[in-house]
Amino acid sequence: MVKEDKVDMLLVGVGGQGTILASKVLAEVGRLLGYEVKLSEIHGMAQRGGSVVTHLRWGKEVFSPMVVPGCASAVVAFEKLEALRWKNCLRPGGLLLVNNWIIPPLPVLTGQARYPENIDELLHGDCRLVVIEGEELARQAGNQRTVNMVLLGALSVFLPGEKEVWEQALRVRVPAKFLELNQRAFALGRDAVARYL
Amino acid sequence: MKKRQLLMGNEAIARGAVEAGIKVATAYPGTPSSEVFATLARFARKYGYYAEWSVNEKVTLEVAAGAAYAGARAITSMKQVGLNVAADPLMTLAYIGVKGGLVVVVADDPGPHSSQNEQDTRLFARLAKLPVFDPATPQEAKDMTKAAFDLSEKFRLPVILRPTTRVCHVCQDVEIDEIVTLQREYVFHKSPEWVIFPNLAYEKHKHLNRLQQEIADYFSQLPFNRLELKGRVGVVAAGVSYTYVREALADLGEEDISLLKIGTPYPLPEDPVLRLLSQVERVLVVEEQEPVVEEQLIRIAWRHGLKVEIKGKYDGLVLREGELNVDKVRAALAAFLGREIPVETPPAGPPLPRRAPILCAGCPHRASFLAVKEALVDTPAVLAGDIGCYTLGYAPPLNAMDTCLCMGASVTIASGLARVEKGVKHLAFLGDSTFFHTGLAGLVNAVYNRADITLVVLDNRTTAMTGHQPHPGLPLTAMGEESKPINIATVCRAIGVEVVREVNPFHFREAIAAVKEAVNHPGPAVVIMSAPCVALYKPEKLCVVTEECTGCRQCVDVLGCPALVPGEERMTIEEKCTGCGLCREVCPVGAIEEVAR
Repeated sequence: MVKEDKVDMLLVGVGGQGTILASKVLAEVGRLLGYEVKLSEIHGMAQRGGSVVTHLRWGKEVFSPMVVPGCASAVVAFEKLEALRWKNCLRPGGLLLVNNWIIPPLPVLTGQARYPENIDELLHGDCRLVVIEGEELARQAGNQRTVNMVLLGALSVFLPGEKEVWEQALRVRVPAKFLELNQRAFALGRDAVARYL
Repeated sequence: MKKRQLLMGNEAIARGAVEAGIKVATAYPGTPSSEVFATLARFARKYGYYAEWSVNEKVTLEVAAGAAYAGARAITSMKQVGLNVAADPLMTLAYIGVKGGLVVVVADDPGPHSSQNEQDTRLFARLAKLPVFDPATPQEAKDMTKAAFDLSEKFRLPVILRPTTRVCHVCQDVEIDEIVTLQREYVFHKSPEWVIFPNLAYEKHKHLNRLQQEIADYFSQLPFNRLELKGRVGVVAAGVSYTYVREALADLGEEDISLLKIGTPYPLPEDPVLRLLSQVERVLVVEEQEPVVEEQLIRIAWRHGLKVEIKGKYDGLVLREGELNVDKVRAALAAFLGREIPVETPPAGPPLPRRAPILCAGCPHRASFLAVKEALVDTPAVLAGDIGCYTLGYAPPLNAMDTCLCMGASVTIASGLARVEKGVKHLAFLGDSTFFHTGLAGLVNAVYNRADITLVVLDNRTTAMTGHQPHPGLPLTAMGEESKPINIATVCRAIGVEVVREVNPFHFREAIAAVKEAVNHPGPAVVIMSAPCVALYKPEKLCVVTEECTGCRQCVDVLGCPALVPGEERMTIEEKCTGCGLCREVCPVGAIEEVAR
């Protein structure tokens, strides 16, 4: 894929899903491609099962650490309701990469609110929607917690950077002990979206 | 070429401190500051300095100050509300001063994302008459840390570094420099100058006031304040707001604006400000939180008789609450420049269920709250809360918290309520780390003054919310050395609490009985609910739903446990279950079993 001047991304999900490690790998890829990189996380209370968002920006020169709503090239959603919540941050036609996974928030579990029933329809429109079976692929890789790497593998197909660059970023950021497992997950994610191209 | 590394702002500050040759690092955890010290603790042995998690912020500052009295470079870090606890030493330390450089990192949290208020540490710096740095990026945070040590030693004053959440938790490529080894002897030289007395205080106050202008002049020379003179319209941007202003100006295609970046908001460097104000007719000040720079700009303009229109917070152009971003700054700039910009409100989607943070599956706090509620089922009571993961107990369905104010306030608010409100029981909840932080003083007070309260200590063997730091109740220090743990029950008995009960909240019936006994005891009583945080161990058990389940949902309705998910006909229990068994206690038909994993 051609190198773009700037790539703005959001990683969204539920506290505890592994968005932070994924964002560190993405930051590393950006560096390897010669971009200036900024990554903005929120720590603390939100990590206890709340809605979490990480901003990631690659560019020639990056000022604000946060992505401007309506300008994101990609939103990577680890959960479907979070995909819907953050979808409007995408620029028209931007990539909405969604893990086909539901984590009901507490008001839904206790019957105070309803999880949108037609969520699959709501995710369509004004974007390039790619849905993958992240949890299933992570299990195939050997551990359900590697869903973050499955999503990264899928994302890598749509972003600049040869496969080797992504693999190098993985080696830099993932602890050696878990590298092979994470590489497997990454490869499964990459293969899973080939049909979208 | 210089080596560069992807660092979080807090890590960059820690790296700056190491490069500056620190000998002592202290801290109490608090978001968004915690990783400054967590990083310093990790490298303490390697680079040969001492690091401690102290019990509270007053203590962290004083320990660091002591080291600086002997000529060492020392750094302490805390969140903005922590500075309130450290305010007493800080205000007089500004008079007494230091010998070795002392940098006080105070992380502000506009938003707020993870705090109980949005106080602005730059105002605190002005109150204490201490210089403050306000970084825009992680790189600058590192550079400023080193500059702050130099400044501190030049003027012999503690110096405040005030990063905000969007610097603390932003990662960026940061240049790595050499580590300085300071050839110094660490000796405390005795002198009356170290002993504050009213007559010395007066002299020191005069000295401190004289320094303000000198520091402002010194700041004029630093690269953190930069003036780009262009057209007759100006913008002043402080701290992280500078990044939003640069991007918003580029978006708007405004290329003729004179721009002053401020990295040292107090005392404001006059030289670049005067050069800007004598060039422009109008200026907009963009800063988060309080109008600290704006007010100083107005003062400087007035004193120099400069007729410049100064806009900002007082015109409502720049918001005083919450954090800024490119969109908000672009709107402020457009209004200031009299430009119409299309306001693109994306079409509102359907209302979505909120996803607030919750207590984890298997969290022992859930069991503690439920035991207290069971014990009080026929007893009117007020539940005073405190700061920690357990603050999440306020939310439905637990609804187990009626007040929350600040660290350690549960015991004392309950004590005050108990003085006037009759026929109601008053309980206080706080965690193990909070107990040592400021809870203990309140408990001593309750014993001395015989307050009729029950304190429930939620002892999960860690400081959970901020990332699992150790505390005095644990046998481990920040440097990984063994320590003699201070037993909370022993402390409570030693200060004279007559009823002290220790229970595991998952031994549910015992926990209920302990609470009942404590509540019925006249005078202060303590129940210590002891069970480790779920992040500290690998669960060996799992709960499963049997065919008896009627799908009545009572388990999830009562507990709000995220592992309990209603299925088509029956409940399902997800993998995140720790087998704590609390749902068995509330299931009306006995349809839940514990099994080994």
